[in-house]
Amino acid sequence: MSDLNAKPTLAPGYRFQWEPVQERHVLLYPEGMVQLNETAAAILTFCDGTRSILGVITDLENEYKAEGLREDVVGFLREAVDRGWVRYG
Amino acid sequence: MAKPPPPLWLLAEVTHSCPLQCPYCSNPLHLIPKKDELDTESWLRVLHESRQLGAAQLGFSGGEPLVRKDLEDLIGAARKLGYYSNLITSGVGMDGDRVARFRELGLDHIQVSFQADDAVLNDYLAGTHAFQHKLEMARAVKANGYPMVLCFVIHRQNSDRIAQMLDLAVELQADYVELATTQFEGWALLNRDHLLPTLEQVREAERVAHVYQEKLKGKMRIYYVVPDYYENRPKACVGGWGRVFLAVAPDGMALPCHAARDLPGLELHNVRDHSMEWIWNDSPAFNHFRGEGWMKEPCRSCDEREKDFGGCHCQAFKLTGDPTNADPACSKSPHHHIVEEAAMRARLPSQQVTVKPLMFRSRKNSVHL
Ligand code: SF4
Ligand code: SF4
Repeated sequence: MSDLNAKPTLAPGYRFQWEPVQERHVLLYPEGMVQLNETAAAILTFCDGTRSILGVITDLENEYKAEGLREDVVGFLREAVDRGWVRYG
Repeated sequence: MAKPPPPLWLLAEVTHSCPLQCPYCSNPLHLIPKKDELDTESWLRVLHESRQLGAAQLGFSGGEPLVRKDLEDLIGAARKLGYYSNLITSGVGMDGDRVARFRELGLDHIQVSFQADDAVLNDYLAGTHAFQHKLEMARAVKANGYPMVLCFVIHRQNSDRIAQMLDLAVELQADYVELATTQFEGWALLNRDHLLPTLEQVREAERVAHVYQEKLKGKMRIYYVVPDYYENRPKACVGGWGRVFLAVAPDGMALPCHAARDLPGLELHNVRDHSMEWIWNDSPAFNHFRGEGWMKEPCRSCDEREKDFGGCHCQAFKLTGDPTNADPACSKSPHHHIVEEAAMRARLPSQQVTVKPLMFRSRKNSVHL
């Protein structure tokens, strides 16, 4: 996905939530669960369909006082779309 | 002993009642009578306590869960507790309005199962007229904003029609299709000589599934699982005994695997008498096959034991008489010939084997056994 203005959102049927017992975020979908690492969870928090990819990058960089997250975000989103977790809406 | 990992999956088998009579059903032959079912309060407690233990995925199954009049209450409670809830159903017992209500209450996913792609075979296998209604329900599920997840249970009598099943799925605009080969437990094991597909059928089914997977990439996800009888390695039993999975039967019996009831020497406990925490962490049944202490050769020294945990204990028991044997689906098992012989029998034209008549799953047949 090269268009940084596209707005990523969770695919229908997917739910993103914090699991207290596992002490991590997970992605739940029909009869399955992905256990997420912190980076993936941080990115997905901003994939709510209201922000563009650029917006996700900016908000992440602000939130974590970091720079140069663009590659991480684009790379993760490519994989997330491939796996059917995320769509552009 | 170290505290076991938390359960992630709770399977709530809310009833054994079912309007259908599929001969491939993996329910036990002794169906739990309706009068012995857990009441709503007890189910709510099971949901609550299991969620606290860590269960995140919840399956409502049976039998046919739609038969339970309190299903709406359980679904609503599950959503509030933070479960991702899945309804595994034949579609018989709901209409468009009930689907909409489930959606409002926060049910996450509905899987509609089909017996076949056409009315005649479907309704023969289901033992009742259900096909048209299933089509309508598949559409209703999607119309209510759910992904459409279809499950076709595959066996010898319908395996040659996988292309037609997938065509039907395309026509219905399904999002996921599961081609699930019959698990030979319960009624399905009783009917195995009618149901086990031949090796040729299995390979052809795989080929067709691959063609459609390629063709429909990005539009529809297709899962086809080869039956373990043809894999040379067993499936990892429920993700490993007491590691992720917890089932509760209609009468409240807590089961490490939904077929565990038939295993000898397993001391099972009921959720009416114990907390879910004790059942998961401390009860003898859940600890019975935890870890590797129970293993014999060839599993004990096998370098694949972390992958499949020795396979399915129920299958080992049913086919070899000893649940601590390696699952005979494994080619390293000294009992593997049992599986090979069943596969050989599947190839013979049916006149040449004397098989018991196909036994439809019903309360009537259940009592007669
Ligand atoms: S166990 Fe299976 S997969 Fe495990 S034990 Fe029993 S039917 Fe199974
Ligand atoms: S010998 Fe046992 S552990 Fe090894 S692959 Fe076979 S079933 Fe699995």
